[in-house]
Amino acid sequence: MIRYVIRRLLWGVALLIIVAAVTFVLFRVLPTGNPAVLRAGRDPQPRLIKEIEAVLGLNKPLIVQFWDYMKEVFLHFNLGYSYYSSESVRSLIAERLPATLSLTIGAAVLWIVAGLSVGIVSALRRHSASDRVAMGTSLVLISAPEFWLGLIFLYLFASDIGKFKIFPGAGSYVGLTSDPWKWFTSLIMPWIVLAAGSAAVYARLMRGSLSETMREDYIRTARAKGLPERDVVRQGVRAAINPIFTLLGLEIGILLGGAVLVETVFNIPGIGRLNYHAIRSSDFPVVQGTVLLAAMFIILANIVVDIVYAYLDPRVRFS
Amino acid sequence: MNAAASSPPGEPLLRVEDLRVEFPTEDGVVHAVDGITYQVHSGRTLGIVGESGSGKTVSSLTTLGLTRRQGARISGRILFEGQDLVTLPEDELRAIRGDDIAMIFQDPLSSLHPLYTVGRQLTEAVRAHRDVSRAQARERAIELLGLVGIPDPARRVDEYPHEFSGGMRQRAMIAMALANEPKLLIADEPTTALDVTVQAQILALMERLQRELGMAIVIITHDLGVVAEMADDIAVMYAGRIVETASAARVFAAPEHPYTWGLLKSIPTLYGPREEDLFPIPGTPPSLISPPSGCHFHPRCPYVQPDHTRIDPQLQPVGDEPGHHVACLLEPDVRRRLWEQLGAGRTPEEALAEVSPGAPA
Repeated sequence: MIRYVIRRLLWGVALLIIVAAVTFVLFRVLPTGNPAVLRAGRDPQPRLIKEIEAVLGLNKPLIVQFWDYMKEVFLHFNLGYSYYSSESVRSLIAERLPATLSLTIGAAVLWIVAGLSVGIVSALRRHSASDRVAMGTSLVLISAPEFWLGLIFLYLFASDIGKFKIFPGAGSYVGLTSDPWKWFTSLIMPWIVLAAGSAAVYARLMRGSLSETMREDYIRTARAKGLPERDVVRQGVRAAINPIFTLLGLEIGILLGGAVLVETVFNIPGIGRLNYHAIRSSDFPVVQGTVLLAAMFIILANIVVDIVYAYLDPRVRFS
Repeated sequence: MNAAASSPPGEPLLRVEDLRVEFPTEDGVVHAVDGITYQVHSGRTLGIVGESGSGKTVSSLTTLGLTRRQGARISGRILFEGQDLVTLPEDELRAIRGDDIAMIFQDPLSSLHPLYTVGRQLTEAVRAHRDVSRAQARERAIELLGLVGIPDPARRVDEYPHEFSGGMRQRAMIAMALANEPKLLIADEPTTALDVTVQAQILALMERLQRELGMAIVIITHDLGVVAEMADDIAVMYAGRIVETASAARVFAAPEHPYTWGLLKSIPTLYGPREEDLFPIPGTPPSLISPPSGCHFHPRCPYVQPDHTRIDPQLQPVGDEPGHHVACLLEPDVRRRLWEQLGAGRTPEEALAEVSPGAPA
């Protein structure tokens, strides 16, 4: 078990180095413009550009730049400094991470509760009116793009521009520690919008998975024992939940790397927006940092899913 | 119509009367069970024999009320200790399931929940019907595992089904069924998924437990070897009906129905002459949506006569043998002579030529 985790973590680190290398090369090869030129202002002197390149280390060979970067990352956990604000990327990320965490965790709770309960009811009453309505709605929600749904919500319910001024609108996010109530209300709409698509997917998955397990022989055994139907369903849900859990872990991992669309529509200062702005302004160290962070979350989520799965299903063994 | 053979006196524990189970489907109504009658007394074993799709499993699941939620239309009566299980409300039926009537199934691996320990599945069977603490139920689970011959039960109680061997899983299923000392045990193909040596052990275990607990057993199987070992009485089912019923000894010594002959002649015996050929029953079981006209067995019967495609045979007493009933349109004398020929090792065709039931006997 411990050996397994260590091996997986080592592989994760190797994967992160590869991700870093690919991002590094991509950014140099793609015609995004020389960061030194971007920094030097209007009509710069060539000498100024050379100076800036020297300060940023851009004049060294690519491989040396990469080596220097990796050394900083691994020895000092230093992700470099923004080309624009000269702030450390590490502190930029630390500043933005709480917003993304709040958004992701809240939305995940919402979509798990909504998706699974709708899925369970639909599975137990297949082809009923409530099942048809739920599955029809879920199809709409799966098809609706997040940014579109976000704009609709703002148009309808935002307290500034909405038809029904119910929830705080875009740009109202405040940190949990500064004002918990405002934090909560400002995130209600983003949570719903971010959770909607996933809740719909989970409802459909749960419906399919549970209707399958409810036909299993062991469910018949449970009924033959004379268990109350509630306990019988619980046994079905217990078996149906495993494949859904796998998806959940990966999805949370991906979202922790930044929910770019929802953060942008609701102007939430999270990792997604940090990454988006950095790409638009060729702020290479910030891009590199956010990409590495996202990759790390996905790798960690994979490892956590695999470990927890072995506890959920005793037939799985580490090897 | 008394369809059980050589019944001991007294009220039977289970009495099924003219039971019909139909499933409406998109392709039409499936007549899974088409008017069957049988009874079982305490301490006795009834073997229900037939091919897959003959309705033997559906009739037992219906006894437990487990076909209700599949949208089955059920008529007839299932009298268990005087209560009609067909009309009993679901919550009262649930109280009987797993308590007075227990069932074990064909495939013990898929019939056990893969994500719960064997112990947990045993304790919930106990606690579904007895108001006992978790610790007491666990004690009982360990006791039950020991009773069915699982070594080191105190340790194995915490293992998962996949850590058990096939035979041990079926033992665990039996332990689960016995949790509340049922009066009736329904065993649906209990040994089909097991190795032959393990089969014998499981059957011996069931017989021992029957002696110790005095319960009635209904054993459902396609394997005549299993009923030969276990059953006091046998009912042979074909296409949702009982076509022959008698004491086990009588079914093996003097069977009356061509389908029973087919079943007997399609199993090898250890003691018969080696050169004796096996005669498999030709064809496949009939559709239960639109069963064949007349005698349902006529498309596969080697001895079919023209009017057998029109007339639907009813169960009739055989001679003066008490409890032996058969639903066959052949003349009793013809049947007797055909079986003599088959017993002498002739093929069905040879037997037919010899007896020529079309001609006056």
